[in-house]
Amino acid sequence: MLKEGAIESRLVAGPLVVTTWPRSFLLPPHSRGKLLRDFNQSTVVVGHGYASFQANRRSLISFSDDVSLLVVLIDTNPFFWSTSSSSLNFHQFVSHVLVFLDLIVRLSQLNQIVVIATGHNTCDYIYDSSLDTDQVTGEGELPALYSFVLQRLEEFVDKDEKLGAKQEGLSEKRASSLLSGSLSMALCYIQRVFRSGPLHPQPRILCLQGSPDGSEQYVSIMNAIFSAQRSMVPIDCCYVGSHNSAFLQQASYITGGVYVKPQHLEGLYQYLATVFAVDLHSRSFLQLPRPAGVDFRASCFCHKTTIDMGYVCSVCLSIFCKHHDKCSTCGSVFGKAQLDAASDRKRKASES
Amino acid sequence: MNNSEKKRMNGEAEEENEEDVEDEGRDAWERTYTDERSWEALEEDESGLLQPIDNKAIYHSQYRRRLQSLSATSAASRIQKGLIRFLCVVVDLSKAAGEMDFKPSRMAVIAKHVEAFIREFFDQNPLSQIGLVIIKDGVAQSLTELGGSPEAHIKALMVKLGCAGDSSLQNALELVHDTLHKIPSYGHREVLILYSALSTCDPGDIMETIQKCKKAKLRCSVIGLSAEMFVCKHLCQETGGSYMVALDEGHFKELLLEHAPPPPALAEFAIANLIKMGFPQRAAEGSIAICSCHREAKVGEGYICPRCKARVCELPTECRFCGLTLVSSPHLARSYHHLFPIEPFTEVSARQLELSRVASKTCFSCRESLLTPGAACTKCKQYFCLDCDIYIHESLHNCPGCESRRITPAAASATMS
Repeated sequence: MLKEGAIESRLVAGPLVVTTWPRSFLLPPHSRGKLLRDFNQSTVVVGHGYASFQANRRSLISFSDDVSLLVVLIDTNPFFWSTSSSSLNFHQFVSHVLVFLDLIVRLSQLNQIVVIATGHNTCDYIYDSSLDTDQVTGEGELPALYSFVLQRLEEFVDKDEKLGAKQEGLSEKRASSLLSGSLSMALCYIQRVFRSGPLHPQPRILCLQGSPDGSEQYVSIMNAIFSAQRSMVPIDCCYVGSHNSAFLQQASYITGGVYVKPQHLEGLYQYLATVFAVDLHSRSFLQLPRPAGVDFRASCFCHKTTIDMGYVCSVCLSIFCKHHDKCSTCGSVFGKAQLDAASDRKRKASES
Repeated sequence: MNNSEKKRMNGEAEEENEEDVEDEGRDAWERTYTDERSWEALEEDESGLLQPIDNKAIYHSQYRRRLQSLSATSAASRIQKGLIRFLCVVVDLSKAAGEMDFKPSRMAVIAKHVEAFIREFFDQNPLSQIGLVIIKDGVAQSLTELGGSPEAHIKALMVKLGCAGDSSLQNALELVHDTLHKIPSYGHREVLILYSALSTCDPGDIMETIQKCKKAKLRCSVIGLSAEMFVCKHLCQETGGSYMVALDEGHFKELLLEHAPPPPALAEFAIANLIKMGFPQRAAEGSIAICSCHREAKVGEGYICPRCKARVCELPTECRFCGLTLVSSPHLARSYHHLFPIEPFTEVSARQLELSRVASKTCFSCRESLLTPGAACTKCKQYFCLDCDIYIHESLHNCPGCESRRITPAAASATMS
């Protein structure tokens, strides 16, 4: 098995550097066989028949209610995966996700999947089941879908690492991933599907996230959430990190999706298959996990503490916990008309 | 629809000549059937379904023109916008609103689009409030008080749709002035008048009322449905609002929805203030309390006011007992994109695309191949297709290219200085 220390990240006082990124990072050779032995023979048959499935798919013009377009956002942030103390490491996580993707494809011929990777320095498309270039057939030990996705994931992780090597001076321990970037890309893709005509599958977004929330991304993530709400695209989340993610809980609540933080990460596939494999129409018949309590309280801009009563600047809507004379964000002086305040400042400047 | 847009673009002169020669007695809406042959704007696609002619190119060019006019006015500086708005919508339900030049009648069209406008308004301005006023029989009545719940306003409007009598602009302005006089000083006072009549029957001097409104800092805008009137134009010029006359139903909808995003705030109108607001928590599952809005016992889902512990059903609202404004952080976050807007993308022609060294000529965000001229972000230099450009600027407000880049603090300060 891959040693835990194979992916090192030395946390020093200076620059944070990720070292020793092994080539076989994603799936070591001896465990590939194990993965295949867990399947029954029908998997190999699917591999053969995959090409004919793709050909039939396009000739069918009717879409029933239960066809879904699933956009999966996979978190590949190395700072999270190398320091996570849970029982799940990255290649186990990917193997759970791959089996889940295969399940989605097999539930209906018309289901489509798009996989986008959320890295630390960039985001990119990994797999799109409707593209001709991504149609894979193959014989071999692994189903063709798996080896294709694994290869693209490895290329992405390399690219992410190369982009990070140019930067220095990053010394924060809790480095977040670029969730707002991949959410925005997913929403643009879904808009393209909406534009393609009246017959299209029902889209939804599934976030497989482990990294903590980056507070600098708050505004962008909220913009993406409101846009998803308007287009009626639910954002589901399966959070594999340590503490709950407030952003993703709000996202699921506002857009009508499901937020799950699995307690036993060894059985991740079971959570994915029972909660997230179901299409949107059938969700109304199921009892899905409901969030215990979503915290919508705001945090004040001066101390970053959550408050339940505060003062809001009427110009820029920044939140403060106690009364100030001047807003630190927009510089407006409270209680005076802006023109008076500006002329006061000019007078004082000319006097001094 | 296509042809009427083209005529608008080409100007009035040619239209008038044709009109004088051919049709003396026909209205504009009748001419769309006889002259412009609106049925020819449809065609069948391969499966036999009717589709309008693909006017994507026209739509894109209109979008670009609109964006250029917006960016020309705002330039590089950040314009302050009035985010907390108190808007009174005045609907003219005089006899003129029963005219049938808008199908089925002006009143029905107004009602339909006002409903869409109210929803869009609360979507973009969650902290604002709307009040409805109608003008009927020469008298102005207040249909709903200033409030923040869209359903209440829409329900009230749909019930009261009947037109009769004359229209009185002065009575409406007096009523609106009295309503908006009472609101706190940090709010922006706006009036939107949907005027169908061609005259106004006033009890006094309307010019005095206009001066009164100007002194009270009311920003009055008018959307006319029949023709341009001097008194409306004067009102809008004095108070700093906008006056537009709708040509047809589509144009009316466009003009109405233009008032949904917050307008630029004039310096002397904006008195900055710190507003005390509460951020209530959700009530525990299964807790039973009497809610303050419906006076009924309710179980579970609701919010608890942090100051007086009263239960309210929905947010944003004002607590009935202690008067504290109750909001949740997503409501404030809805307005943040007005404060941090993204810059318009530059247009990229097909030739420039060929010259650039981009590996795959696909849109960065949706991976569709870039056939038509595209757009490029000035900061991250990624290419996007025009449909993504429109979606990003009108709905998403995030550039996917900029969001997919990690900018270190050192690099960020270098670009800012």
